[in-house]
Amino acid sequence: MTAIVTAEGLHKSFARRGSASPPVLDGLDLELEEGQVLALLGPNGAGKTTTVRILATLLRPDAGRATVAGFDVVRDARRVREVISLTGQQVAVDDKQSGAENLTMMGRLAHLPRRVVRDRVAELLTAFDLSDAAHRQVGTWSGGMRRRLDLAAGLLTRPRVMFLDEPTTGLDPRSRQALWDVVRDVVDEGTSVFLTTQYLEEADRLAQRVALVDGGRIVADGTPAQLKSQVGEAGVELTFATLSDVGRVAPALGVATVDGMRVRVPTDGSVGHVRAVLAVVEATGVAPEHWEVRVPSLDDVFLALTGHVGKESPARAAGVAA
Amino acid sequence: MTHLVSDVSTMATRSLRLVSRDVDAMITAVVLPVIILLMFVLVFGGAVDIGTDYINYVTPGVILLAAGFGAANTALAVESDMSSGMVDRLRSMPMTAWTVLSGHVVASLVKNLATTAIVFGVSMALGFRPEASVLEWLAAVGMILLFVGWITWLAALVGVLVRSPDAAGGFSFFVMFLPYVSSAFVPVDTLPSWLRGFAEHQPVTPVIETVRNLLSGGVAATADPTGVAMLAVGWCLGLGLLFAVAAGLAFRARH
Repeated sequence: MTAIVTAEGLHKSFARRGSASPPVLDGLDLELEEGQVLALLGPNGAGKTTTVRILATLLRPDAGRATVAGFDVVRDARRVREVISLTGQQVAVDDKQSGAENLTMMGRLAHLPRRVVRDRVAELLTAFDLSDAAHRQVGTWSGGMRRRLDLAAGLLTRPRVMFLDEPTTGLDPRSRQALWDVVRDVVDEGTSVFLTTQYLEEADRLAQRVALVDGGRIVADGTPAQLKSQVGEAGVELTFATLSDVGRVAPALGVATVDGMRVRVPTDGSVGHVRAVLAVVEATGVAPEHWEVRVPSLDDVFLALTGHVGKESPARAAGVAA
Repeated sequence: MTHLVSDVSTMATRSLRLVSRDVDAMITAVVLPVIILLMFVLVFGGAVDIGTDYINYVTPGVILLAAGFGAANTALAVESDMSSGMVDRLRSMPMTAWTVLSGHVVASLVKNLATTAIVFGVSMALGFRPEASVLEWLAAVGMILLFVGWITWLAALVGVLVRSPDAAGGFSFFVMFLPYVSSAFVPVDTLPSWLRGFAEHQPVTPVIETVRNLLSGGVAATADPTGVAMLAVGWCLGLGLLFAVAAGLAFRARH
């Protein structure tokens, strides 16, 4: 396999002279294999957007080197721009143009022949399930539709590499799911995708490879399974009132780990398994004070791999008071 | 080069489309100049005695004032592009991204051409009687467009530099002020001497005088119409070039 995007030792600082703010990128290395999805996972301020902006030729690194499809992002910026598309954090479509008008404009700016633009626009509107709204102004569309149009605008030229900077931030679960489907289709057509996200779940669903970024450098890198195995699995966590309660329940649960008043049982998170665990607890006749199903969150990943909690990443625990 | 022309025309089409669908901007572009014209002619006109019909005197000034308002909208539109993801997307494409600015300027010229026609139309209905040949008409409109050109490039520069829509909106204050301190509405010799110096030597005055000379049917109001016209064209081309280059450089430097 060959790498289509590489970065070696990227440094970038936005500090003004005299100020002591730390660099945004501090020796970041990464690789995206052709035809794959790489997710750059990290909290706000970790350096994700800066990395994307350097790789998409919008920003020059202070030091280090990056290539896309073999072209240097600084020296051959123009060649890089011919093979990439960028969908940034902000949706870059005009509210006062219709969906079809937005796409046609992007096709013209990509210097595609008129006939090709027309066919491709129709094709993308259909593929992204936007045909019905195609001739309405985008300002009247839902957030999920606007995001899909935004992605479509980046696909007119069939780019070899697509950069997606937090594409699902602010979307409802259904729109998020729809967008994931679209990204999978794009990959099936041979485009490599470089994705940034704050959500472990998103990286898990889409990426063959996940790079965890913190403080401007990669702190862990691997397949989603490898990464999660370092964090631990989901578990049913039960908290009891007394140690004797714990002593009565824990043996019955078998694989449970005990930490003070807390008992943890690994689970796949399915209704059946959680119910089975709770049935065992109920059969002992001991009522827990509290129980919940805990899924590894970005916080857990960060805690496990960096020893500190990522800021502004929502913890995802489904808690139920017993 | 072929791409450059097609990029500019694509971006200009876009800008025009956005403007034509923005109700507020349309009102500013069409209704406001007409109201200003009515105000000057019907409200102030009676009190201003300059030895000729005031409407003949004031119409070119109202047109330039309208051009200023039109240009102020360009500052807003450019600021909006810079702060949205649009410019980032364009910059990541194999096109010259600053054509987004040229697109706004071309759109401003087209839009102001329409506004100019409307103001002339209303003005004639109110009694404005220009005496000009077709050639003189074309020259007058050309002069107005040159003026619109430089002030729009200035607006584009402001749009690139500012960081908020409010700041971009502040530009309209400047363009409103400029024509007032010129010979647009009153002869400059009625101004206090310290202000007269500015009024006589700022670009709006020769442009106004030139448009008046062209539309007055050979009865030039100024001593040296050719000289004034050269000065006006020089001002507009010089400032236009200056601000276009500055806007392009600022566009590259930002980010």
